[in-house]
Amino acid sequence: MLVNGDAVEVDVPGMRRLLDVLREDLGLSGTKEGCGEGECGACSVLLDGELVDACLVPICQVDGHVVRTVEGLAGRAVDGQPDLSQLDVVQSAFLETGGAQCGICTPGMLMAAHAFLASGADPTDEAIREAIAGNLCRCTGYTKIVDAIVLAAHSASQPPVE
Amino acid sequence: MPIQPPVESPRDLGEAYALLAATHHRPIAGGTDVMVQITGEIGQLPDRLLDVWHLEGLRGITVSEGALTIGALTTYTAMRHSAPCREHAPALVEAAATIGAAQIQNRGTIGGNIANASPAGDTLPVLLAMDAEIVAGSLRGERIVAAADFWTGYRRTALAPDELVLRVRLPIAPDREVRFRKIGTRRAQAISKVVMALSWHLRDGRPEWRDVRVALGSVAERPIRVVATEALLEGAAPTAETAARAAEAVAGEIKPIDDVRSTADYRRAVTARVLQRMIREAGGW
Repeated sequence: MLVNGDAVEVDVPGMRRLLDVLREDLGLSGTKEGCGEGECGACSVLLDGELVDACLVPICQVDGHVVRTVEGLAGRAVDGQPDLSQLDVVQSAFLETGGAQCGICTPGMLMAAHAFLASGADPTDEAIREAIAGNLCRCTGYTKIVDAIVLAAHSASQPPVE
Repeated sequence: MPIQPPVESPRDLGEAYALLAATHHRPIAGGTDVMVQITGEIGQLPDRLLDVWHLEGLRGITVSEGALTIGALTTYTAMRHSAPCREHAPALVEAAATIGAAQIQNRGTIGGNIANASPAGDTLPVLLAMDAEIVAGSLRGERIVAAADFWTGYRRTALAPDELVLRVRLPIAPDREVRFRKIGTRRAQAISKVVMALSWHLRDGRPEWRDVRVALGSVAERPIRVVATEALLEGAAPTAETAARAAEAVAGEIKPIDDVRSTADYRRAVTARVLQRMIREAGGW
C-alpha cells in the first residue's frame, strides 16, 4: 500500500486493524485511538481519498490502496519527517484560530477537514458541521474548529501571497 | 489488541460461494458493524471471516425492468450521491444520510445493513415500506426473498449459512409516496430510538390511500411492519380522525423495550406521534 506517498509492505494478519498497522507496525502514532468503535473519529484517515475510521478497517481491505495520515499533511524535512515550518493550510488554520486544545481529536479533525475541502462543497457552517459530525471534541465546543475550516477554505482558494 | 481471526479475501463470487459452502464464514463488507463486534467482544466472535469488499460485481446502482437495483456493497455515500437513488428512492437517501457520519457512510453498505439484521438498521424500514426484494446467492444459485420475509427474529435472517446478499431490488412506482423519520439522540452518530417509514399509493387522483405500509425499527426484536395499523389506514384518506386512530393503533401494536437508548414508554409515545405527524403532513392540515 501507499502511506503518505511511500510504498509500504507489512506482513500481518488480515484482520489487523489499519489503526494498529499505522501506530504499531509503521510507528505513525499521529493517528489516535479514542473509542475503538467508530463513534469518535479520533482515528480518521483518508483511504483512497475517503474519510474512514482506521479502527473499523481490516488491513486486508487496504492491500494495494492509498492511505494518508496526519503525518502526510506537512511538507517533509530532509530526514523525511514532517517539517513543522511547512504546515499545510488546514494545520496552519487550526493554529491560527485555536482549533486545537488537548490535541486528541486534532489529527482526525484535520483529516475530516481535508476530506471536506477536497469535496469542493461550499464551506457553510451547516456543511462543515455535517462534515465533522463523526469527530468528537471535548475541549473546543467546535466553534474554533469550524472557524479553522472556514479560514482554510478561504486560504486554499486564494493564490499564495509572495 | 483486538483478536484477529483468520480471513479470506476472494476475488470473485464463485470463490466466495465455494468458501462459504466449505465452512462457516462471517462475511465482512465495510466493517462498520463487524469490526465493532470483534473489538468490543460483543456476542459470539466469528471463527473466520470472508472479506467480500473486493467483489466488484456487488457494487453499483442500476435502473431496469421497472426497478431500482442496488448492489450489496453500495455504500451510504454512494446512495446519497446517486441520481437514480435520489429520483426513485429519496426516502432511502434520507435514511442513508442519517447513518453515522461521513466515516461510517463511506464504508457502511446496504448489504451489510440488511445482513447484520439489527432491529435498529435505519434503511430496513424503508426497504419494507418499498416492498423491496432481497436477492441472495450461493453455489446453489440465486433466489429472491421479500423484505417482509427476510428478518425472522432478533438478528436472524432468512439467509442460509452459505448465502450472501447480492443486491436489493426496489420496484419503481410513480404513484407511490414514501416518508422516512428517524428519532435519535443527535443528528449524527446516533443509533435510532425509533425509525419509521410510511408508504402509500394514490390511484386516479383520489385522496384515499392504497397499499399502505407502516414499517418500524427499534420497536421490536426485528424490523417490522405493523399490519393492523396498515389495515386501518388502507382505503382511508389522511384526515385528522384517521391520524388519531392510526396513532392509537400503532402504539398498541408495537412491542418496544427499555434499554440503554430509550424506554418502552417513550418509544411508544414517539412512534404514535411520528405517525400522526406524517399523516398530518400528507393531509396538509
